[in-house]
Amino acid sequence: MFIFLEAFRSAMRAISASKMRSFLTSLGIIIGVASIIAVVSLVQGLEDSITSQFEGYGSNSLFIQQRRDNYGRLIGDLTDDDLIKLRGIDGIAAISPQTFVFEYNGVHYEGTQHSADVVGVMPDFSEMDNSYPEIGRFINTADANSRKKVAVIGPKVRDELGMPENPIGEFIQYGPHWLKVIGVLESKGQMMGQDLDNYVYIPYPTAVGIMGYQAQPFVIFVARVADVDRIDAITERVRSTLRRNHGLRADDENDFNIQSSDQVLQSIGQITQIITWVFGGIVGISLLVGGIGIMNIMLVSVTERTREVGICKALGATRADILLQFLLEAVIISLIGGVVGLALGYGLGAGVANLIPNFPPSEVPFWAIMLALGFSSGVGIVFGILPAAKAARLDPIDALRYE
Amino acid sequence: MTTPVLISLKGISRTYRMGGETLHALDGVDLDILTNDYVAIIGSSGSGKSTMMNIMGCLDTPSAGQYTLDGEAVSEMTGKQLASVRNRKIGFIFQSFNLLPRVDALHNVMQPLVYQQVSYRKRKKRAEEMLERVGLAGRMGHQPNELSGGQRQRVAIARALVTAPSILLADEPTGNLDSATTVDILNLFDELHREGQTIIMVTHEPDIADRCHRQVRLKDGQVIEDVRSGQPTNSSL
Ligand SMILES: Nc1ncnc2c1ncn2[C@@H]1O[C@H](COP(=O)(O)OP(=O)(O)OP(=O)(O)O)[C@@H](O)[C@H]1O
Ligand SMILES: [Mg+2]
Repeated sequence: MFIFLEAFRSAMRAISASKMRSFLTSLGIIIGVASIIAVVSLVQGLEDSITSQFEGYGSNSLFIQQRRDNYGRLIGDLTDDDLIKLRGIDGIAAISPQTFVFEYNGVHYEGTQHSADVVGVMPDFSEMDNSYPEIGRFINTADANSRKKVAVIGPKVRDELGMPENPIGEFIQYGPHWLKVIGVLESKGQMMGQDLDNYVYIPYPTAVGIMGYQAQPFVIFVARVADVDRIDAITERVRSTLRRNHGLRADDENDFNIQSSDQVLQSIGQITQIITWVFGGIVGISLLVGGIGIMNIMLVSVTERTREVGICKALGATRADILLQFLLEAVIISLIGGVVGLALGYGLGAGVANLIPNFPPSEVPFWAIMLALGFSSGVGIVFGILPAAKAARLDPIDALRYE
Repeated sequence: MTTPVLISLKGISRTYRMGGETLHALDGVDLDILTNDYVAIIGSSGSGKSTMMNIMGCLDTPSAGQYTLDGEAVSEMTGKQLASVRNRKIGFIFQSFNLLPRVDALHNVMQPLVYQQVSYRKRKKRAEEMLERVGLAGRMGHQPNELSGGQRQRVAIARALVTAPSILLADEPTGNLDSATTVDILNLFDELHREGQTIIMVTHEPDIADRCHRQVRLKDGQVIEDVRSGQPTNSSL
């Protein structure tokens, strides 16, 4: 402990004797750590925001999607009949289709136009999407059964169209169709540049009616299972039901996709992880370069201070004393670089997240802090050991004679 | 108990290979230094005085011969033991001072005690006492480049003495100093000797050599003369 403290003292003395050089030496580490922290904080913020969105569905949700080929053409459709059959499966508590209507451009109200996403859904959707009305009510079974032209709108749609605070009973126009507003949803804010308050929900049958005959409709079924422990068994039954309904033979591939919300979360996690590792690799290279910079300067510094090393050895310094002093010097320089880089990266991440509209706030996870500090001190050790060993090995008389 | 023979050199040689030739800086030196000896090493330039001092100070290793320090064979010591010997038994004063740059006088004098794991406060106290003793009480905070040559040498002397070493080795300690400062420093050496310190000093000046109680003359790496003009004061101990 004592020799550690003393080595620390002399290392600090050497560093503060040449502040500018020490700073420039650690610049590589500062930049490396700052960029890794900035990237990680942005990706992490993004992932958290997406995750919390999907967690709204709960882990008991299943997403059944149409399959498309590489050109985006449908391989298999999801039909009303599929919906009826799936609803009949024991264990499925609720199921709603979701279809995006792209028939006309925007909705109108008293001469004001606004582009919003028009989505056809069933009553169950409200609960599954955590979309609850603030004013009025959501779509009910009666609306669906008689294909009523009613709409539940997000608060942004109301505001953009300049509708009254309570627009219940007002009509908005979608193409030639007049939709009566029956509810306004609670505000959900934004996610990934997507405004979650900018939807117009209409009954699914109404949406199908508006679309008429379409070769490539976009439909997704969102289902909720009653018992999450049985989700695998139920997924299997959904699969076999759809296969039978689509008339697939045993050796045919599925013409649909089923994903649980856990799987969706997992694949999102995988994507963000890949992003993190790719950037991590790039940053790793920059840390390597920073480390080589440290080694370079430390080697110069050892050469410059050869006489000093000789003096210390003449006064009784052991190899270990010298080694520790130079090693600590390298570690302190790179650790300071790590800390400065951490602060800089944090600021950078927060700044970028603020600059990009609708981007979620950045977040620095604890592991990234530990990683940055661990990595920078590791770089100090790895690249400091060679110069330090060189100094420690010096013969006292040779070192004293050095000019 | 220290043995009366503190340093024993037997057949010590130091050779350098220069190209194809072998250069004998020291050539079979036999020499015993007793406790409390006050020795002047004299001889012409290049006769091997510094080489011998460096070997006695454990800074250099002989090419051949036996060096026994305080009853222990130096050639058998590990690097760590050598460091400890340099630290505790030897106080070395260089002609060129060899103070640590960017480190003030006080911390220069404290440095050897770091390697003895003396606490900061004790080190500071002992270094201050030593600097007062060499007459530098008012210059403790000065860095080497803010001190005169004589002051620097006194810092170096304080640093050599702060560990209370068995032997003080001084390689031309006054070579760079004016005569008044030289007298000051020699008076200090006389005083240390009276207190029982063993001193070995290299010098070119006959009158400085005359102050010592023993004169060893080197020529071409060999001892050609060893005269005693006085006894170690406490050799009877
Ligand atoms: N590192 C070295 N490599 C080669 N030869 C050396 C080396 N060091 C010393 N010598 C040679 O050894 C001989 C003795 O040198 P040393 O330094 O001991 O002389 P000195 O008696 O101290 O001389 P001075 O009075 O000038 O200081 C010299 O001839 C010198 O050239
Ligand atoms: Mg010499």
